[in-house]
Amino acid sequence: MAVQKLPLAKALNESLRKALETDPKVLIMGEDVGKLGGVFRITDGLQKDFGEDRVIDTPLAESGIVGTAIGLALRGYRPVVEIQFDGFVFPAYDQIVTQLAKMHARALGKIKLPVVIRIPYGGGIGAVEHHSESPEALFAHVAGLKVVSPSNSSDAYWMLQQAIQSDDPVIFFEPKRRYWDKSEVDTEAIPGRLHAARVAQPGSDITLAAYGPMVKVCLEAAAAAAEEGKSVEVIDLRSMSPIDFDTIQTSVEKTRRLVVVHEAPVFYGSGAEIAARITERCFYHLEAPVLRVGGFHAPYPPARLEEEYLPGLDRVLDAVDRSLAY
Amino acid sequence: MTVESTAAARKPRRASKRASATKKPQSSEPQLVQLLTPEGERVQHPEYDIDLSADELRGLYRDMVLTRRFDSEATALQRQGELGLWASLLGQEAAQIGSGRALRDDDYVFPTYREHGVAWCRGVDPTNLLGMFRGVNHGGWDPTTNNFHLYTIVIGSQTLHATGYAMGVAKDGADSAVIAYFGDGASSQGDVAESFTFSAVYNAPVVFFCQNNQWAISEPTERQTRVPLYQRAQGFGFPGVRVDGNDVLACLAVTRSALERARRGEGPTLVEAFTYRMGAHTTSDDPTKYRHDDERAAWEAKDPILRLRTYLEAEGHADEAFFTSLDEESDVLAKRVREAVRAMPDPEDMAMFDHVYADGHSLVDEERAQFAAYQASFAEEGN
Repeated sequence: MAVQKLPLAKALNESLRKALETDPKVLIMGEDVGKLGGVFRITDGLQKDFGEDRVIDTPLAESGIVGTAIGLALRGYRPVVEIQFDGFVFPAYDQIVTQLAKMHARALGKIKLPVVIRIPYGGGIGAVEHHSESPEALFAHVAGLKVVSPSNSSDAYWMLQQAIQSDDPVIFFEPKRRYWDKSEVDTEAIPGRLHAARVAQPGSDITLAAYGPMVKVCLEAAAAAAEEGKSVEVIDLRSMSPIDFDTIQTSVEKTRRLVVVHEAPVFYGSGAEIAARITERCFYHLEAPVLRVGGFHAPYPPARLEEEYLPGLDRVLDAVDRSLAY
Repeated sequence: MTVESTAAARKPRRASKRASATKKPQSSEPQLVQLLTPEGERVQHPEYDIDLSADELRGLYRDMVLTRRFDSEATALQRQGELGLWASLLGQEAAQIGSGRALRDDDYVFPTYREHGVAWCRGVDPTNLLGMFRGVNHGGWDPTTNNFHLYTIVIGSQTLHATGYAMGVAKDGADSAVIAYFGDGASSQGDVAESFTFSAVYNAPVVFFCQNNQWAISEPTERQTRVPLYQRAQGFGFPGVRVDGNDVLACLAVTRSALERARRGEGPTLVEAFTYRMGAHTTSDDPTKYRHDDERAAWEAKDPILRLRTYLEAEGHADEAFFTSLDEESDVLAKRVREAVRAMPDPEDMAMFDHVYADGHSLVDEERAQFAAYQASFAEEGN
């Protein structure tokens, strides 16, 4: 099919289809992933084509889903697990943190756990409580897990392939409010590395670092800033564990200013880690402290308030101005 | 209102509270599957039977004696400071050897952290079990060598791994079975309930082997359940059976039957081995704070090893030379374990960075290099 324009959701669907075709050990597990194709239709049509043995509707029990996926991985399978919504992952948090993340080390490397946990995350879709959260830092903090998030259809397609091929457990955060955004996917391209950051927009005055749903906001901010004569570089981090600090460092050594943007609460968020490390690496290059824009230290608000809670274009531009004012 | 209930209602609140706290489950105590009484008498059971040669019976006896000797040596090694902690299996030898010897080589075991007897049956070298208790690793044996998974410390987690593994066995069309060990305390964990649900709906070839040793550290089984544990299976749609956990023959027969059922594609079984933790929860525990000596004394009379010895002697299946030679073999094992533990080297400093990831991670690489440089700086300074 080579190059075509696909919604991010469809790119994920094509990626899963490819993985099921390529490797008979790949399984898909989750609530409503079968006939329904998942509540976001990411697995649409896959059970029909690959059967109930490979695309498995599970009981409604997240710890059970991840715990049995671990057992299947020990038997030689490569389970790709869907957690229906970000806020529902916590019943599985114990299995993910105490078992999935640590079992490879516990066995001194003698067993591997190639399990992918897909989680639609983030807000902006007017949902009820527990359907709009960004818990990525809670996973990035755990050694043994890798954490990634695509921002566009091409990355959605390729990063999911790479996550499934990885011998490590990968938490794959899908920006749910971007599911319907279309962009180009080249299914015959040679993909970049799973954990490498990407310069999404080159610039020279300031760097914006973001991932997942906020990359689009940052690109819009860069366009708006350009009209005022400010040249903004946007980095799509793509991976929250590991983080490609080298790419950020290269950018900051050039622009001397950095703002990190994510939907997740700023407090203990990935922006804090990036600010600390980039300050250490680029201390003599920085013209301003690393600033962060993100969610507040408050529960994700009711939908009518989420536009205020989420870092939008204006809050990103405000941070750009504050940084440039130093 | 009857006279009795009125009288009960007038009881002082404190007394009635105490009465309810110690009240036994209302259903009468269920029958145990038993093939060998505490007195060493061979009895018949309508559903379960087993026909073992004298050689096989001596083999089970030997397994239990060696396991107990290994266990007591490990306790001694903890007291001498060679191990940081030990979780003794004292009293549970029959449950573990009986179920362990029911397994085929291609079956897969998911243990807790107390299954030293099962490990023995699987051919895991006992010294390998001691690394984690000495603090030199978190397990470290290759689970695939003996189809014996690593010890799992988080209570109940492994029942889901066993279920998933069993789902994989069924997908592969293999006729192997999987066994998940857990205890009466774990029966309260959500993961155990979820593993019952998953295994039932997918008809997974797994046997849930619950050693009800009556105590979850200081909490008696009454604090975990109002019904006999084996009855839990019924609500999930598969059979449960309670077996005398101190009767190695019954444990072998019942587990074998449950494994065969799994192999035939008939799904999971819950086996509740009714036994007793004769020792402390671990070497860090003090059972005198919460249970009476007379309870232990009552269970001592049901000792799993003693009853088989009585039977072997009565039937003329073993002579004095056998027991003497086994004592010598036990001492040799204990000596070997003791020497192996004392010789176990501490891991290299940098080992903590090994195997965090299978495919590597840039942060781990960076921190490893930084820490190595930091360590090396002392050498350069000549310290």
